Amino acid sequence: MMTVAASRALANDTACFVGIGLPSKASNLARRTHAPGLVLIYESGTIGAKPATLPLSIGDGILAETADSVVSVPEIFNYWLQPGRIDIGFLGAAQLDRFGNINTTVIGDYDDPKVRLPGAGGAPEIAASCGEVIVVVRQTARSFVPELDFVTSLGYGRGAGDRERLGVRGRGPTMVITDHGVLEPDPGTRELTLTRVHPGVTAEEARAATGWELAVADDLDTSPEPTATELEVLRALEAATAEAVESTPSAPGVRT
Amino acid sequence: MAQITSLSEGVAELVGDGDTVALEGFTHLIPVAAGHELIRQRRRDLTLVRMTPDIVYDQLIGAGCARRLVFSWGGNPGVGSLHRFRDAVEHDWPRPLELEEHSHAGMANRYVAGASGLPFAVLRGYSGTDLAAHTDTIATVACPFTGEEVTAVPAINPDVGIVHAQRADRDGNVQLWGITGIQKEVVLASDRSLVTVEEVVDRFERVTGDLVLPSWAMTAVAPVPGGAHPSYAQDYYDRDNQAYVAWDAISRDRSTFGDWLRDELGVSLDDEPAGERGER
Repeated sequence: MMTVAASRALANDTACFVGIGLPSKASNLARRTHAPGLVLIYESGTIGAKPATLPLSIGDGILAETADSVVSVPEIFNYWLQPGRIDIGFLGAAQLDRFGNINTTVIGDYDDPKVRLPGAGGAPEIAASCGEVIVVVRQTARSFVPELDFVTSLGYGRGAGDRERLGVRGRGPTMVITDHGVLEPDPGTRELTLTRVHPGVTAEEARAATGWELAVADDLDTSPEPTATELEVLRALEAATAEAVESTPSAPGVRT
Repeated sequence: MAQITSLSEGVAELVGDGDTVALEGFTHLIPVAAGHELIRQRRRDLTLVRMTPDIVYDQLIGAGCARRLVFSWGGNPGVGSLHRFRDAVEHDWPRPLELEEHSHAGMANRYVAGASGLPFAVLRGYSGTDLAAHTDTIATVACPFTGEEVTAVPAINPDVGIVHAQRADRDGNVQLWGITGIQKEVVLASDRSLVTVEEVVDRFERVTGDLVLPSWAMTAVAPVPGGAHPSYAQDYYDRDNQAYVAWDAISRDRSTFGDWLRDELGVSLDDEPAGERGER
C-alpha cells in the first residue's frame, strides 16, 4: 500500500529525483500506469531513465542505457537539482520528527553512536532544492521521534517560516507516506498531521506508532484500495526484476 | 605521459602509508581490484576519500588500512549497512576511524574545486542541517556581488586518485563511458593518478558520449580485466548483484570477514604489528 500510495502522489509530466528501493518502485509503477511522462532522474546522473526492470542501485547500467541523457555527478547536483529544475524528491528516513526533519546519519551521540547509518548522500540538497519532497518511511514509535539525534535533511525546521529564514528554495515535505497512512503539514504550523489512513488502519494505531502526540485531521480520509491494474503492474515489475537478478552473471566476462 | 604498468607496481610506486587516496566510481567502474591491491600491500594510515564508500572501502577499513574517511554516503548499495565501517565507527575495530562527513553535492563540488585549481567551491547546501556543526570543512561565505550567504567547501586534492575505465591505448590515453560519475574530477584533482582499465588496445574506436582522459593528464595506467567486479563496466560486464548481497553476510562478523580476507586476498588480520590493533 505504501508503494501504491507513493506512486499515486506522482503527477504525469513531472521530473522526479528517485532513490533506490520503494521510491524507485513507486515511480516506475507510476510511469507504467497514470504517469507515462514522468521523468526519472537518478543521482548517478541518468536523466529520463526508462528501465524495463527495477535497478538494484542508483547507478545500474540499465538506467544509463535507457536514459535521455547521462551526465556527471557534479552536473546532476549543480545544474539540475540546485536551480530547482526537479519537481519532486523522494526521501527515506531512519528518524523523522513532527516537522518532517530527517535523520539518516546516526542513532545516539554523533561521536559515540549506538548505530552508525549511511549518512547524507544527496538528501540534504534534495530536501532543500526539489520543488517538493515526498518522504516514504515505516511508522513506528522508534522512527517517529520527538527529537532527532541528528538533522541530516531539513523539513520545516522548528515550524512555519524556518525554511524561508534559511533561504531554502523548495517547498519542503508536502507528504509523508507510511505503512499506516499519509501525513501532511498543517498549512499554518507546518506540523505533520495525519490526513489519511490506509484501508484497515485506524487513527489510534497510527497514534500508537508515533513517538509524539500525533495531530489527526478532522476530516480524516481513507486511501482507496490498490486497483487491480496497479497490483498487476507492480507484480509484473517485481517478477521481471527477480528474473533479471537471477540471470546476472556471477563473474565478469567480456560481453560481445 | 602516463606510464603503462602493472597493478602491483602502480600501487607500490604511487601510494605510500599516510597518503590521502581517493578511489572513485559512482556505482559504475569502481576500482575494486586496486583497493584489494592496497590491502595486499598492507598500506596503513590512509585517509580514504570517496563519495560513496561501498564494499571495497568496507574491506579496506576492516583490514585496518584507513585512519580517516572523507565521504558522503557509506552503505552497501541496494542491500544495507557496511558492517566493517560500522564496527570501526561504533567499536573502533580494528582501529578507530575518523570521519569527515559531507553530502554528495558538497563532495562533488570539493572535487570540482580541486580539479579547477581553486581553493574552495560554493553551493547551496547544508542549510538547516547538523552537518556543519560536526564537519570543519563546511562554512558559509557572502557573495561579493549581492551579499547573499552561500555554503563554501574546500577543494579536495588527494595525493593519489584511482579510477577504473573501459580501455586505454598504447600511449596511455584512457576512454570511459556510461555513468562517468566523478572520475574525471578526481583524476584532475589528484597529485598522482592511477587508472586501471579493462584492456589496453592498439587504437580505440571512439564511442558516442565517451570521455577520454589524455595520457599526459595521468600518472599511470594498468590493465586489470574485471578490475571493477562486483561493480560493472558498461559494455564489458554487468553488476554482480549477488556479490553485494553475499557481502552482507561475510562482513557482519569479524571472524567471517577475517576468513574472507585470508582466502581472497591472502592477508591475515593477525599479521598486524603489535599495538596497532584495537581491543577485540
